[in-house]
Amino acid sequence: MDKKKTPLEILASSKFVHTLLSIIIGFAVGALFLVIMGLSVGQAYGKLFQSIFSSIKSVSYCIVYATPYIATGLSVAFSFKTGVFNIGAEGQFVVGSMSACVVGILLGDLPPFVLIPLCFLAAALAGALWGTIVGILKTRWGINEVLSMIMFNWIAFFLSNYIAGFHAIHSEGNAEATRNISENARIIFSKDFISRLNLCPTANWGILLAIVLTVAVYFVIEKTTLGYELKAVGFNKSAAEYGGINVNRSILTSLAISGALAGIGGALLLLGMGGRISVFSSQEGYGFAGIVVALIGVTNPFGVFAAGLFYGAMTYGGSKLNLVGAPTQVVNIIMGTIVFFIAISSIFSYLKNLKKDKPVTPVKPVESGKEDDPE
Amino acid sequence: MAKEHIDHGIKVVEMRNIVKKFGDFTANDGINLTVHKGEIHAILGENGAGKSTLMNQLYGLYKPTSGDIIINGKKLDMSTPRDAIAAGIGMVHQHFMLIQPFTVTENIVLGTEPRKGIVLDMATARKNVVEISQRYGLAIDPDAKIEDISVGMQQRVEILKALYRGADVLILDEPTASLTPQEIVELIDIMHNLTADGKSIILITHKLKEIKASADYCTIIRLGKYIDTVDVEAVTEDQLASMMVGRQVTFKVDKPEQPAGDVVLEVKDLHGVDYRGVEILRGLNLTVRKGEIVGIAGIDGNGQTELVEIITGLKKATKGQITINGVNIFNKPPRFGFVNGVSSIPADRQKHGLVLDFSVEENLVLQNYREPRFSKKGLLNREAIHAFAQDCVGKYDIRPGGCETRPAGTLSGGNQQKVIIAREVENNKDLLIAVNPTRGLDVGAIEYVHKYIVEQRNKGNAVLLVSFELDEIMSLSDRIDVIYAGQIVSEVAGKDADENELGLMMAGGEKNG
Repeated sequence: MDKKKTPLEILASSKFVHTLLSIIIGFAVGALFLVIMGLSVGQAYGKLFQSIFSSIKSVSYCIVYATPYIATGLSVAFSFKTGVFNIGAEGQFVVGSMSACVVGILLGDLPPFVLIPLCFLAAALAGALWGTIVGILKTRWGINEVLSMIMFNWIAFFLSNYIAGFHAIHSEGNAEATRNISENARIIFSKDFISRLNLCPTANWGILLAIVLTVAVYFVIEKTTLGYELKAVGFNKSAAEYGGINVNRSILTSLAISGALAGIGGALLLLGMGGRISVFSSQEGYGFAGIVVALIGVTNPFGVFAAGLFYGAMTYGGSKLNLVGAPTQVVNIIMGTIVFFIAISSIFSYLKNLKKDKPVTPVKPVESGKEDDPE
Repeated sequence: MAKEHIDHGIKVVEMRNIVKKFGDFTANDGINLTVHKGEIHAILGENGAGKSTLMNQLYGLYKPTSGDIIINGKKLDMSTPRDAIAAGIGMVHQHFMLIQPFTVTENIVLGTEPRKGIVLDMATARKNVVEISQRYGLAIDPDAKIEDISVGMQQRVEILKALYRGADVLILDEPTASLTPQEIVELIDIMHNLTADGKSIILITHKLKEIKASADYCTIIRLGKYIDTVDVEAVTEDQLASMMVGRQVTFKVDKPEQPAGDVVLEVKDLHGVDYRGVEILRGLNLTVRKGEIVGIAGIDGNGQTELVEIITGLKKATKGQITINGVNIFNKPPRFGFVNGVSSIPADRQKHGLVLDFSVEENLVLQNYREPRFSKKGLLNREAIHAFAQDCVGKYDIRPGGCETRPAGTLSGGNQQKVIIAREVENNKDLLIAVNPTRGLDVGAIEYVHKYIVEQRNKGNAVLLVSFELDEIMSLSDRIDVIYAGQIVSEVAGKDADENELGLMMAGGEKNG
C-alpha cells in the first residue's frame, strides 16, 4: 500500500475523475436517446450550451437557477456526511419557503436589513424543525427516517397549499397563490445594476449567501468538534457511543442543520426569484434535486457548490431545448445517468483493478483484521 | 509424535519457488512448500506475512506470478478454485461459507446435489452425508440448520463439505480462531483421524501451541519470504516464534511483585439481561484495586460481555452498584465513566474501538477531542492533534510510519489494535478494561500489547482483563476471577493458577481442595 503514486495516478483514482467520466457518459447516453428520436445531437447540445454560455444574461440566469439547488445540495450532503439520509430536504425546503413567505408578507413594513434576515431565520427554523421532528421519531421510537421523511414531504406539500389559502396572505386577485412578498424582503439586485451589467431580471444576492453557506458547511464539518462528533456518529455509531459521544443528540443536531440548510434554500428561491408561493399541483423537486447535486458533488461542500451550478445551468439550458424541437427531458436523462454512474463509481476502480491483475473478488477478511498488506 | 502415518514417498503438494506480485508489492517471494501424504503441515507467519496469499494460489484464487504448483506429481496451471477442487484440494476458510437457513446436509451437498431426474434426491444426499461423517469420525446432525449449531459444528460441516467433494488435501485457514478450548482439542483429534486415513492437511495459523500439538512439519514465512521448513518435534515454541518474527520473543512479561492499593472499581450485586432480555448477570461482585490486574476467566456467554458493557456505560443494568474511586457510575452514559476514570480496549475493535473511515489521528482523540489541548471554543486544533498522533505513532510503533492521516481502516489488524492501545494508555485513567486485547494478533504484536497492559499496572493503575485465552489470563493476572452463569464463582491468585483447575471451574465445577 505504500507505493509511490504519481500525481497523475492520484488524479485518476480520485472521485473527481469518476465524476467527470460519469458526466461524459451522461451526455453520451443523452445523445443516444436524441439519435433514437431522430434528432440532431449537435443541434440539441449546441442549443443547450449556447443558451447557457451565450451571454452574461444567460449565465446569470444559470446562477440564479443554481442558488436554491446549492442550498438543498448542501443540506443533503451534510446529512450524508453525518450518517443520515435526508430525503426530506424537499419538505424542509417547502416549509422554509412558506415560513419566509408568511414573514415577508405579514411583516412587510420592516426595513430590508431587518426583514430579510428575519425571513431567512424563519425559513431556517422551519426547516430545522421539520428535520428535527423526523429525528425525534427516529431516536425515540426507532422509526426509519427515510419513511417518515417521505411522508413529511407530503405533509409539507399540503400544509403549504393550505396556508397559501389563508386570507391574510392569499392573493387578492384570482391567482391560486399567495400575495407577493414585500419589496423590502426581496434580495434582487437594483434595477440599475441589472441593466448596467445586462443581467437577468431576477439576478440576486442569493449566490453570495450560497457561497457563505458552502464555506460554513465545510468549516463545521472539517474544523469543529461538532463536525467531528457528527461525522464519528455517521461513520460508526457504536464507536462514537463508546467514545462518549451522545449518538441520539448528534442525529438530531445533524437533521436540524440539514433541515435548516434546505429551509434556507426555500427562502432563497422565494426572496430571489418567485416572490410568492403558488398552490402546488405536485412536489416541485428542489429537495430531491438536492440529492442529485449532493451526489454529483461527492458530498464535498465545494463539490456541491460546483454541482449546484452545473445543475442550475442544465435546468436553464434544458428549458431552451424545445426551441430546436428536442424534449426538455433529455436533461433529466443526462442527470439521471450521471447520478447512476457516480453511484456505481466503484465499477471504475474494479475495471482498473482487473487490468492490473489485482485480486478483486476474494478473500480480504477485513473484519478479522488480517489483511495481507505489507506493513 | 511418531511419523508413521506419513508416506514420505508421495508428495501430494509441491509449490516451487512461488512468487506473487500485486503491482509493485511482492506478497510471496520465492516460497517452497512440500506436503506428503498423511502429513499435517503448518504454515506459520505473522499477520500479513503472505500465508493466505500462498494458500489462495494453491486453491486457484490467484495465479502465481512465477513458480510451479505440482499436485500428485502433475504440474497444474490452476486458474479457478474449480480446478483446485478437481485436483483434490479443499479449503476451509476462516470465515465459514455456509448458508445459515439450510440444513447441514443441504450445505454439504450444495453444488453437487444428487438428483432423480430434475428432483433433488435429499434421501440419498442425507445417506451420503451420514456415511462420510461416520467414516471420518466427524459427528454431526445432518438435519440441523446451520444457524442453530455451534461454531465448532459449523467448522465440521465445512470440513465435511471439502471431503464430500473428494478433497485429499485440506487447507485449514486459522481454524481455531473462533473455537473454545474444548472444541480446539476436538478439532486436533479430527485432524489426526483424517491423516490416519491418508488425507493431508495444511494448517495456516500463528498459534504456536496448536502447531506443537498437531503438526508434523512447519514452514515459516516472514514478510513474504521463505524462512525454513522444520520438523515440529525438533523445535521449541520459542524457536518457532523467533523464526516467525525475526527476533527474540519473550513470553514472560516483566511483572514485579507489588502490593495492590486502594479499591478503584467496585461492583456489587450486579444484575443485567442480555440482548434477548434473559437475565445473564445474577448478582456479580467484583473488586479491582490500584496496581493489580484482575483477570476474568470464563467461557463465552457467561456474562462477561454484558459486565463490560455495563461498566463502560453502553448497556444498562437492572440492579446493583458500580463505583469508580467511590464515585457512583451505575447506569451512567459512557462519557461519565470516562471522565471519572474508566478507559477500555473493547472486544470488537472495528465496531467499538475505531471509526475506520476516520484517520488514525482522529481516532486517537476519539474520547478527548474536547479537551482544551485538542480543541478550543468548539474548533479542533488540528496541529495539536497531528502532533499528538505523530508522538503516538512513534511511541507505539504503529505501522506504517507516518500513517497519522490515513484512514484507520487501511491499517492491518495488529496496527489497528495498537491505535486503540495508544489511545487508551495515553488516557492514563485509573481503570483500564481490556477485552480480548490480543484476539487475532500474532505473537510479536501480542508481546507488545501485554507489555503495555502490564505497564499500566506497574504505574499503579487498575486493570480488568477479560479474555477467552486462558494463557493470557494466567500470564498477566495478579488475581483471577472465574465467571460462571453470571457470577464470580471463585478466585485464585494469578501465580497459583492451574490451567486444568481453572478450566473445570469455568465449566461450573468446584475448585478442588
